[in-house]
Amino acid sequence: MAIKVEHEIHTRRKGRNTGVFLLLLGMIGIVFGLTVVKVLGLTDIRQMEKFDHVARPALEPGALEAAERRAAEIAAEAEANQ
Amino acid sequence: MTDATNQTQAAATQTGEAQLGDYYALMKPRVMQLVVFTALVGLLVAPTGVNPFIGFVAILCIAVGAGASGALNMWWDADIDSIMKRTANRPIPSGAVAPGEALGIGLGLSGFAIVLLFLATNALAAGLLAFTIFFYAVVYSMWLKRSTPQNIVIGGAAGAFPPMIGWAVATGSVSIESILMFGLIFMWTPPHFWALALFVKSDYGDAGVPMLTETHGRKVTRNHILAYCVPLVVVALWLGFTSIGGPFYLLVAVALNIWFLKGCYDIWTRTDADSDADNHAVEKHTFKVSLYYLFGHFGALMIEALLRANGLTAWAGW
Repeated sequence: MAIKVEHEIHTRRKGRNTGVFLLLLGMIGIVFGLTVVKVLGLTDIRQMEKFDHVARPALEPGALEAAERRAAEIAAEAEANQ
Repeated sequence: MTDATNQTQAAATQTGEAQLGDYYALMKPRVMQLVVFTALVGLLVAPTGVNPFIGFVAILCIAVGAGASGALNMWWDADIDSIMKRTANRPIPSGAVAPGEALGIGLGLSGFAIVLLFLATNALAAGLLAFTIFFYAVVYSMWLKRSTPQNIVIGGAAGAFPPMIGWAVATGSVSIESILMFGLIFMWTPPHFWALALFVKSDYGDAGVPMLTETHGRKVTRNHILAYCVPLVVVALWLGFTSIGGPFYLLVAVALNIWFLKGCYDIWTRTDADSDADNHAVEKHTFKVSLYYLFGHFGALMIEALLRANGLTAWAGW
């Protein structure tokens, strides 16, 4: 069934509705654009996990470096024990 | 009031409903132009670069925030707007937009602009925008405007914040440069508006708004114009010796300050009889100069930043 004008309010509010539609479209564009810019601006891709709004101890400053140091220590100990 | 606004109001009368143009007029688009321009300069002259899209969103948020505070101002001042001829055609007194609708739009857009600016940039910029809206809507509109003839002096701070917000968007901080840009607009506002008040026959008195020309007389207003112009010159020239100033800015600033100071001095030396005799020619001229003055300074800051970026100020040993 074709969509047709059923009430005069459709024509009366056409301008306002078009305006609201364009504003919403602009809003989507802004949120999408900001998302793209923010994600592309990340210096470390693991930071993307921060957008989960969940605590990530592994993402705390220095966590990766500390883990790498600990791994090197374990490897050195294993080598010494051999 | 533009033709477009008149047309939308005519359409609203015919249909009994507000059109988009009425909502746009509610946001005081002329004030928004100044806000957008000065905020953009604050953003561009900052030493830290900003992603162009984030910069665009930030300026949009500042403009929407300014529009929101305009809507809140119109909501609060609807009673006096309907009394004064200059404002009687505004959307609320003309009946195009309901007061509650204006309040809702003002509060809604304020929240939108502040939250989006925080998400897009930083807490300082968003906080400054929130304070600016609060300052204009509450401190100026609700409190000072109807209680003291110094209303536009203190209220002028609301119009002075945008370059500071633009700077905060880029740097995440406040510095002497942004404070001086604030000071430039803050000190410029009183002589600019009082020069206008000297030649425009206003009906602020009928509306119960204490304008200096009506509470203390025109002679006192002339004294105040010159008194505010002197510290304005100091702020404008001081800006030239900061990190965002330079030879080009100083050259423009010196010329504009001599021009404006002379206008303010001429206003100060005149009597009301002189003014009436030439139909307020000097006051009108100085008001026009004040517009060139502000746009000239901020335009010069922007050009100076361009020159500096291209290494063209090194010849002057700057």
